[in-house]
Amino acid sequence: MAGHVVAAVDEIPPGQRKLVAVNGRNIAVFNLGGEFFALNDRCPHRGGSLAHGIQTALVESKVPGEYLCSRPGEMVKCPWHGWAFDIRTGKSWCDPARLRVRQYPVTVKPGAELVEGPYQAESFPVRIENNYIVIEA
Amino acid sequence: MNIELRQPELRSNTRLKIVDVDIHPKSSIEDLKPYLSQRWWDHLTTYGQRTRQGYLKGFPYPKMQPQASRRDAWPPDGGLPASNLNFMKQQFLDAYPIEYAIMNPLSPTGQGDQNSEFSAAMAFAANEFQLEGWHKQDQRLLASVVVPFEDADATRVEVKRRAGDKRFAHVLLKTRTNDLLGKKQYWPVYEAAIEAGLPIGIHVFGTSGRPASNTGWPSFYIEDMTEHASCCQAQVASLVLEGVFERYPELKIVMIEAGFGWMPPLGWRMDKNWKKLKADVPHLKKAPSEYMREHIWVSTQPMEEADTPEQLIDTMRWIGWDRIMYSSDYPHWDFDDPFLALPPSLDEKTRNMILCENARSLYRLG
Repeated sequence: MAGHVVAAVDEIPPGQRKLVAVNGRNIAVFNLGGEFFALNDRCPHRGGSLAHGIQTALVESKVPGEYLCSRPGEMVKCPWHGWAFDIRTGKSWCDPARLRVRQYPVTVKPGAELVEGPYQAESFPVRIENNYIVIEA
Repeated sequence: MNIELRQPELRSNTRLKIVDVDIHPKSSIEDLKPYLSQRWWDHLTTYGQRTRQGYLKGFPYPKMQPQASRRDAWPPDGGLPASNLNFMKQQFLDAYPIEYAIMNPLSPTGQGDQNSEFSAAMAFAANEFQLEGWHKQDQRLLASVVVPFEDADATRVEVKRRAGDKRFAHVLLKTRTNDLLGKKQYWPVYEAAIEAGLPIGIHVFGTSGRPASNTGWPSFYIEDMTEHASCCQAQVASLVLEGVFERYPELKIVMIEAGFGWMPPLGWRMDKNWKKLKADVPHLKKAPSEYMREHIWVSTQPMEEADTPEQLIDTMRWIGWDRIMYSSDYPHWDFDDPFLALPPSLDEKTRNMILCENARSLYRLG
């Protein structure tokens, strides 16, 4: 596992996401109200790209006819077959105990620290005054 | 949204070719205008399409996703999914080793319209546009003969017009017809297809005024999707038990976008009943399941996802490895990826039959 600088913080405003590639792996980086989460972009069902899906709320129902909608924007739905995953945990909506999409640790580092290394940002211009999203992958 | 377009992925097995028997390029009514007479263009723009269903505009059930399409299939330059050949190439035709893809247009085609003559005019226009708007631009795209199947005479005219034209792969019907497809009123459709040397493709859905189920109208889209299986069982049972295959031994039927898990239990049930009730259908000369195996082909999508893969393999073996053809349903939301949808345990020869050879053989592709 090595730290990879994938984006400047202001590139992904709250509610937005970005598809990045780290060592040939596609990773979808999400900003939920200022917190960053990184999920493997490949849906574990049939391989659709999660970064191309929509972000929706968590929808629950105790009995038919009653619906509870919470946590808007915190679930990502695969653009193909609509499988939904919790962006905060990577767990699937329908089978959270058994099925999840791989999650990568994300940290935000100031540019000044990154210039020192040991982060891999060869193709990424880092400015000391900015903050950056770093993925451990 | 902050998104970079995905590049077509390099696939490991580059020798492999794929024939996809079900894609859905989208056309607009303006696309069909050059092929409609002034009389029918005026009709279309004045009255619209009048299908036999409760909702004249839109679908009887809200779809899973807009246009029932993959969220990532909307062309970046605008327009509906699969309305832009360049984007369709980038996302599908060139991203996978597609040798041929058979177009099954769903709307606007006039199929199931209340006005029979209009239905025929729209079918003609839909067929012309498949050739001019799609096949001419990319020869991998093969057309379907869209027919106004509730009108046997008009269907015969349209099929005859396309006979011998190698750009057409099959004659296209829907599963939700006005009456069961084994009934006599549809026999001229089968005669015309045989004369033209074309199989019949029967795609799920249709707006002839029948519900998805064999009884009432369901509440949910999930029922609309699930009950394709029972609908297909009813249609295949009708074709077999009415003696259509005894009457037309050359008839070849492709069931499209229905999966196939419903096939074996239908065969078992018909065979069991036939042993006791032969006198009811004296025109049958052999067990009903034998007609199924000889005359029915299936497309794969939406592939059943069995709890244990062996169950799926058993089902496929019953149907026949030479009778199963890959289909993607691009650009729709329940798209099956050719490299991920089939059971991983299939050997290379069988996989190649399903992805390519079976369709090449049925459709006589070079």
